[in-house]
Amino acid sequence: MNQSELSSARPFIHIKPRKGWELIDFSEFKEYRDLLYFLVLRDIKVKYKQTVLGGLWAIIQPFFSMVVFTLFFGQLARIPSDGIPYPIFSYSALVAWAYFAHSITGSVQSLVGNAGLISKVYFPRLIIPLTPLLAGLLDFLLASLVLIGMMIYFKIYPTVYICFLPFLILLMMLTAGGVGMLLAALNAKYRDIGYTVPFLVQLWMFLSPIVYPSSMVPEKYRLLYAVNPMVGIIEGFRSALLGTTAFPSMMVVVSVFVSMALFLLGLLYFKQTERYFADII
Amino acid sequence: MISAENLSKRYRIGLREKGNKTFREVIVDGFRAPIRNLMRLRRLTRFESGSSSEGKERKQNGFHTDAIWALRDVSFEVKEGEVLGIIGRNGAGKSTLLKILSRITQPSAGDVKVYGRVSSLLEVGTGFHPELSGRENIYLNAAILGMRKREIDRKFDEILGFAEIEKFIDTPVKHYSSGMYVRLAFAIAAHLEPDILLVDEVLAVGDMSFQKKCLGKMGEVAKEGRTVLFVSHNLPTVRALCPRSLLLQEGRVIADAPTLDTLRVYNESMRRLEFGAYTDVMNPKNRRGSGQARFKAIHLEDQQGNRTYSFAMGSTIRFILSYKIFTSVDGFYIAILLRSGISGEVVSSIRHLVCDKKLVTGFEGTLLIEIPNVNLRPGEYPLYFHLADGRNRALDVVDDLTLPLTIYTDKDFEELGFEPARSTGFFNIESKMIPLKE
Repeated sequence: MNQSELSSARPFIHIKPRKGWELIDFSEFKEYRDLLYFLVLRDIKVKYKQTVLGGLWAIIQPFFSMVVFTLFFGQLARIPSDGIPYPIFSYSALVAWAYFAHSITGSVQSLVGNAGLISKVYFPRLIIPLTPLLAGLLDFLLASLVLIGMMIYFKIYPTVYICFLPFLILLMMLTAGGVGMLLAALNAKYRDIGYTVPFLVQLWMFLSPIVYPSSMVPEKYRLLYAVNPMVGIIEGFRSALLGTTAFPSMMVVVSVFVSMALFLLGLLYFKQTERYFADII
Repeated sequence: MISAENLSKRYRIGLREKGNKTFREVIVDGFRAPIRNLMRLRRLTRFESGSSSEGKERKQNGFHTDAIWALRDVSFEVKEGEVLGIIGRNGAGKSTLLKILSRITQPSAGDVKVYGRVSSLLEVGTGFHPELSGRENIYLNAAILGMRKREIDRKFDEILGFAEIEKFIDTPVKHYSSGMYVRLAFAIAAHLEPDILLVDEVLAVGDMSFQKKCLGKMGEVAKEGRTVLFVSHNLPTVRALCPRSLLLQEGRVIADAPTLDTLRVYNESMRRLEFGAYTDVMNPKNRRGSGQARFKAIHLEDQQGNRTYSFAMGSTIRFILSYKIFTSVDGFYIAILLRSGISGEVVSSIRHLVCDKKLVTGFEGTLLIEIPNVNLRPGEYPLYFHLADGRNRALDVVDDLTLPLTIYTDKDFEELGFEPARSTGFFNIESKMIPLKE
């Protein structure tokens, strides 16, 4: 083998200061997709290690929230639930919300939590905040099984809009990913973010139709309300699975735009700041 | 394989804090802190462009400048199959250079072209998760180091055999002994097959045998014709492994030459750090012993009376030692120990009785100890100086605080009968061969 043949078979890397905005380097991401796979696997395997209840925890959290909400908001405060029993009304939203909240919290802490990796090895940094997004899907699936059980129990059947379900899940991942990337990158520099997130997530929950239906929001404010992308997503879930209302197309359209904007913003900011992660983390 | 041009890297170091004085100041400061913290954190990643603003930067926003150039205009080339040593004192920029080459951090200016897959032995065991089994960690760690799943599948048995942990492969690594843990981590790193291997010995953890394993692996990789960059404080190892070396000092390349020449420049630059009040040697924190007597000065001279720490093999070494008695002692010994630059163990020692009677407080003396025609082989010998009283209780210890004694030779294998650039022991010993049957 001569010199030129040797070099052509080898990867060439040009290391230089990067400037300006950039998006995902897909070819590199593909090269490292096995790493993403193993990190997701790690998160899943490690999550419930040395617990008694294991994967049941994925169900217990939304389930008990549902019990408490049903008691206080359903029975005592008598909040309407679009004509379906309050438990299934709140649980259907809580399953999605649990995924969303855990993904964001996981993403935000991920960079600092993996500081050892970041300061010692090179790989596309984007893998780190995206890992919790994928790992959380298993919990989402487990919690959804209970929802199916409840649907059978309450004899509520899905509508044709169920074909939108994968799309809604994707939209939810996009939103969580965008917010996660943005806050994770900020948290790398300003650790204040880590303390703000639990509070932010709680606030966001009450701004989303989880304990109450969006029909409680006055008609004229509803589109403004839908700027919170979780509104369209959760109402979409309810409509598709439980047939509460007609499919909230306008809300979902707003969600799509806001989610995509959030994802792009998060991605751009993350790519812009990832250059100095190793120096300050 | 690697071609670096004007590589520079700027860091912000330590966010300096002022000490608070009064209770009132603490309170006022507490309210001001958020704004100050915000400015400080923002500045972490901001640098004024160009060097013209350096003066302005000194007191920008009321902060003292804390930006340093970890690397400054570093240019070099490494050819395929070359083993390059990188030496320099702490903070010279060696590790920063490796971090840029492995793409962990990006340079502030300049660029590097790298042809080939890079991996480094500075990240042994990175990403191991204590709760996961050995098997799971092999896959995870190898993926982190850049291996594809198929590649790991193929090498799995080999890695397992190398680490000698077959029996515990499905046990969580938190139950591993530290030896098993390190063996597994190293086995993975050793099966990477990079085109370019980066080794940072300073960061290599583990015991002596593990470090030796790292070095052995490095030699092996070099023999296979791969390119190796080796960062080390251990000059004898660099000499033995690397034909060419870079010397970094305060982020700049001071020497880029055959290792023997680079080492000479290094020793030269080290010699300028005179042994005196301003170096670490005189700092009592670095000294052990009761303190009843102390060395006042330590010098090495050659036969012509020139102060130096490097001597040609076979020349005469003179130690000029001054001491002072602070509290009277009964009997007085002085000792010099030569350590091995590789392992640190004592290679040889000299001990003299200065006085077997009482020495009074305030007594000062200077003496000369001569080693004629030293038959030490080329290498670095860290020095250990010792003062003791008549019952051999330590009064003062100067351990590896001076420059190491350096022995060099200009002769080659033909003349010497051994390879001067390799570790072939510490002394020449007389020998002769008598043919018994021909």
